[in-house]
Amino acid sequence: MRGPYDLSLVEGSITTPHDMARIQKIRRASKFLVAIGACATAGGIQALRNFTQVEKYIPLVYARPEYIHTLEKSSPIAGQVAVDFELRGCPINKTQLLELVSAFLQGRRPNIHPYSVCWECKMRGNICVMVAHGIPCLGPVTHAGCGALCPTYHRGCYGCFGPKETPNPASLSARLRVLGVPEDDLVRLYRTFNAEAEPFRQESTVHE
Amino acid sequence: MSSKTIKVDYLARVEGEGALYIRIKDDRVTQVQLKIFEPPRFFEAFLQGRKYTEAPDITARICGICPVAYQMSSVHALEQILGLKVAGPLRELRRLIYCGEWIESHGLHVYMLHAPDFLGYADAIQMARDYPEAVKRGLKLKQIGNELVALVGGREIHPINVRVGGFYSVPRKKDLVPMVEKLKWARDAALETVRWVSTFNFPPVEPEYEFVSLRHPQEYPFNEGRLVSNKGLDIAVDDFEAHFEEEHVPYTTALHSILKARGAYYVGPMARYNNNFDLLPPAVQAAAQEAGLTSFCCNPFQSIIIRSIEILYACEESLRIIDQYEQPERPYLEAEPRAGIGHGISEAPRGSLYHRYRIDDQGVIQEAKIVPPTSQNQKTVESDLYQVAVQNLHLPEDQLTWICEQAIRNYDPCISCSVHFLKLHLERR
Ligand code: SF4
Ligand code: SF4
Ligand code: NI
Repeated sequence: MRGPYDLSLVEGSITTPHDMARIQKIRRASKFLVAIGACATAGGIQALRNFTQVEKYIPLVYARPEYIHTLEKSSPIAGQVAVDFELRGCPINKTQLLELVSAFLQGRRPNIHPYSVCWECKMRGNICVMVAHGIPCLGPVTHAGCGALCPTYHRGCYGCFGPKETPNPASLSARLRVLGVPEDDLVRLYRTFNAEAEPFRQESTVHE
Repeated sequence: MSSKTIKVDYLARVEGEGALYIRIKDDRVTQVQLKIFEPPRFFEAFLQGRKYTEAPDITARICGICPVAYQMSSVHALEQILGLKVAGPLRELRRLIYCGEWIESHGLHVYMLHAPDFLGYADAIQMARDYPEAVKRGLKLKQIGNELVALVGGREIHPINVRVGGFYSVPRKKDLVPMVEKLKWARDAALETVRWVSTFNFPPVEPEYEFVSLRHPQEYPFNEGRLVSNKGLDIAVDDFEAHFEEEHVPYTTALHSILKARGAYYVGPMARYNNNFDLLPPAVQAAAQEAGLTSFCCNPFQSIIIRSIEILYACEESLRIIDQYEQPERPYLEAEPRAGIGHGISEAPRGSLYHRYRIDDQGVIQEAKIVPPTSQNQKTVESDLYQVAVQNLHLPEDQLTWICEQAIRNYDPCISCSVHFLKLHLERR
């Protein structure tokens, strides 16, 4: 890796000793470091291993576990080095990525808001699937960015953009319980692609 | 005694990261190893304990290039357990979204990754200086494929609209119609692509392969059919594991899949083409013949022509589907979960993708198995590499490396979807 770089975009989570060394080097070589995507900002789906013992997983998939080197946990970039901005989503939204890079070139803050999917859903004029049809929806606690895609297609949000700023998942969970969502489904809802994001991680353990 | 090692650490223009080692001793190729590495991702393990309804969303995350393939193999396997038979317009919509993925993935590979090999450019950006029109055509084709996936699936990467039983919501006819003009352009562009790539120079090799793909009695395959080969394999999808097995090889991060009876085999566009040529529409067959192909091709370098033929087919098929489409009354079929085992194979851009699930009576996944096309081709890629290295031993090292990389790209290996990623073990001697 050469460098120095003005802007580094990093995707993927840290899951091996090699990753750990590499991210330190990238941080040193970069003026601005931006983590993009659910893996880089919340450990990604691989962070599901953080809720069990990783040694239990390996023999399930690989016949020769001795060939595998991996860390106990999959951690977001910000868990290892300082990060200047995080772009959410699994996958990220390309308009947001363009905005991020343009803002960087113009030396301003990106115009990317930390409010909820509900906000976008209202803007889009959708009928709320939770209110109208009793479909469980993570929109109230999920970070905006997708344009409320799932409710637009008559399905509940499953949280692929991770938590919004200061979410209140406990109150959403109470509501979901009223809709008849069992406890083990609540655990699954908060544990998909952003399971290591603190508000989701914590709420998922409450229902375990 | 002279000994040299050709080592390519990061394979350019392959989706993901890979490494290749060829050991040459006294003018003999002694070892060929293709290494694919990324941290382990454990998808089969993650699926345990999840609800069956989550499988299409979770497995889509295995690959950003071919998420539709994962969604399709998973929903078909799960529907088998639930006793659901998706037919009519819902079945057609599934073919339509798959067409989008083929157009997008093949367009990317043909133009951006593979063509530069044949024309002697380090990458598509260099190639664009001399072939600006071609590169623009490739980008636009890819864009149209993406649009088709987004139209049916909600977005182009990790679509949100696919579910067990059908879709969360279905497009109206008038939502699909605006694609027609674009697809007609794409059809012409695909035909031009076929003509263009057929003028490339192809090393004259014709190894013996066993070509494995789905075959359906009435249609070029996407989601349904039996698994067949040119060497007499003809089995139900359910019997996959009775005929194939995976071995874990120390130096690579992917598991190698082999046919128990005969070893290495070949999946992908060339396998589909060879097993299903008679099912291509006459116009597509004619384009293949005009490009100098017959109904059977076994030169792996010509896979670029066949990928282009499949883009053409996917455009024709999308136009047919949109033309005949009538919006179904309900977007999905429903069933109560029940315990059982289900199998699904669909034809990902890179070849047959196998899924098996066991769920309990609550619909919770107890066990999942996924065999992606890249791990099925791995053994065949290595034997191709061995041949190519032996034949070109006299070339200077940079040219030898070039042609080896090209031989790997013949397979369009999708390293991000090898599913079984292990950490690389470097062997230094
Ligand atoms: S459908 Fe979901 S995202 Fe939209 S308003 Fe209702 S709860 Fe919020
Ligand atoms: S609605 Fe939720 S799950 Fe759907 S795309 Fe947006 S953030 Fe992701
Ligand atoms: Ni893939």
